[in-house]
Amino acid sequence: MKPLIKIENLTVGYDRIPVLENVNLEIFEKDFIGVIGPNGGGKTTLLKAILGLLKPTRGKITFREDIDNRKKPIGYLPQVRHIDKKFPITVYDVVRSGLLMERRNNLPAAALKTKIEQLLSETGILNIRNKAIGELSGGQMQRVFLCRALISNPKILILDEPDTFVDNRFEGELYSRLSRLNNDIAIILVSHDLGTISSYVKTIACVNGDLHYHRSHIITQEQLDGYNCPIQIISHGDIPHTILKHHH
Amino acid sequence: MNAIIELFSYDFFQKAFLAAVFASISCGIIGSYIVSRRIVFISGGITHASFGGIGLAFLAGFNPLLGAVLFAVLAALGIQFFTKVAEIREDSSIAIWWSLGMALGIIFIYLTPGYTPNLMSYLFGNILTVTISELWWMFILNTVIIAFFVLFFSKILFMAFDEEFARAAGLPVALFNYMIITLIALTVVLNIRVVGIILILSLLTIPQATANLYTNNFKKLLILSSGFAFIGTISGLFISYFLNIPSGAAIIFTLVTIFALLRFFQFLRK
Repeated sequence: MKPLIKIENLTVGYDRIPVLENVNLEIFEKDFIGVIGPNGGGKTTLLKAILGLLKPTRGKITFREDIDNRKKPIGYLPQVRHIDKKFPITVYDVVRSGLLMERRNNLPAAALKTKIEQLLSETGILNIRNKAIGELSGGQMQRVFLCRALISNPKILILDEPDTFVDNRFEGELYSRLSRLNNDIAIILVSHDLGTISSYVKTIACVNGDLHYHRSHIITQEQLDGYNCPIQIISHGDIPHTILKHHH
Repeated sequence: MNAIIELFSYDFFQKAFLAAVFASISCGIIGSYIVSRRIVFISGGITHASFGGIGLAFLAGFNPLLGAVLFAVLAALGIQFFTKVAEIREDSSIAIWWSLGMALGIIFIYLTPGYTPNLMSYLFGNILTVTISELWWMFILNTVIIAFFVLFFSKILFMAFDEEFARAAGLPVALFNYMIITLIALTVVLNIRVVGIILILSLLTIPQATANLYTNNFKKLLILSSGFAFIGTISGLFISYFLNIPSGAAIIFTLVTIFALLRFFQFLRK
């Protein structure tokens, strides 16, 4: 099986200062990769390189032949803290903007409207479609951006900390939704919440200046020690988890 | 009422009325974009830098608006260059171009032999002295702005809201940004005659703030802002004529009064 995305010897950063060096990773169909690592370790940088927002200094990222590179089949949910919440835009328009990812979309206007409204309805936010984003709660905001990421029917879904500013109920909903979506699409998820990650993802990528890939969702102390991957641990009582002591 | 009808029979007033219509549409649309993107300060820098071009035009003896366009575009590109390439903080880059343009303007005008009669009308505007050729330029600018925003409305909205997402989707974001910054420069320069360099920021922000009291929808914001700009400019124009006070100042005073009253009514209703 050929990978959807193949990252080879990737070095990438800002203003000639590398954040990530010599990263190798293959992303296959139905993968569910949890990306963990400390702040400033390069998690978001990795996502941006995959999305084509940052040019590699060295190495390359290639997409499988059947994936039209210009019409990227990638759904992207950025960190909401970077979104201007006072911008005059409605929920409906934010979701509609997700279709930019599907550039040669020739859907007629009516079909488009039905498609957007159906997705909003599945996500339980149809009733707020005409609200400005500034009027939403953290959970509603994340739902809107999840819809924007999904509206283009992506083959790969990239989420950058979708569990910030949200309530527990949304978090549960989000992860069970991701599990269902994972039957058809590959998911790359960045999160600080190691407990949640290890109970939903299939594999783990530990990013801290470089990348170490674990073909398992169980994080052990040895792995972390060996790979010099200091991370913050949040424990949960009601889901399977591994609690680790502080390490360097 | 008769006095108003009589006013419309005057040639200078007809021109001023048309200038008010054109200024309202261009500033309403471009101002909404500026406010939404939070680039009011950049626009202020571009506006004030254009004074250098006006000074140069006086000294060298060519059309002041041409000089203003030149300096406005130069400042727009200069701010981008300082920020992105020379890695100077954006607000500092803006301040440098803002004050450099003003300083050059003052030097050029000081070096210009003789008296410079129109200087005040560039600084503070005088809608009653707008010429036919300026009106034609304003008409062309309005046509370009309306066409650009109608044709690319969704793309402009999506890019303004989340530039990174638009880039990931493969939109030519840099090209769009250059086109829009050029439109901002042209809008500023061609509306200098209406309210002047020092006061133009008001037409780009106050009607938008007023419209924002009623809508959070970008499309409605464009239309409502133009509407409020029109009400403010026309009322200001009448006040200026009947009370015999400078038109630019009268227009801004009206714009602020409308905003303050409507904001106060909104406060009372809550």
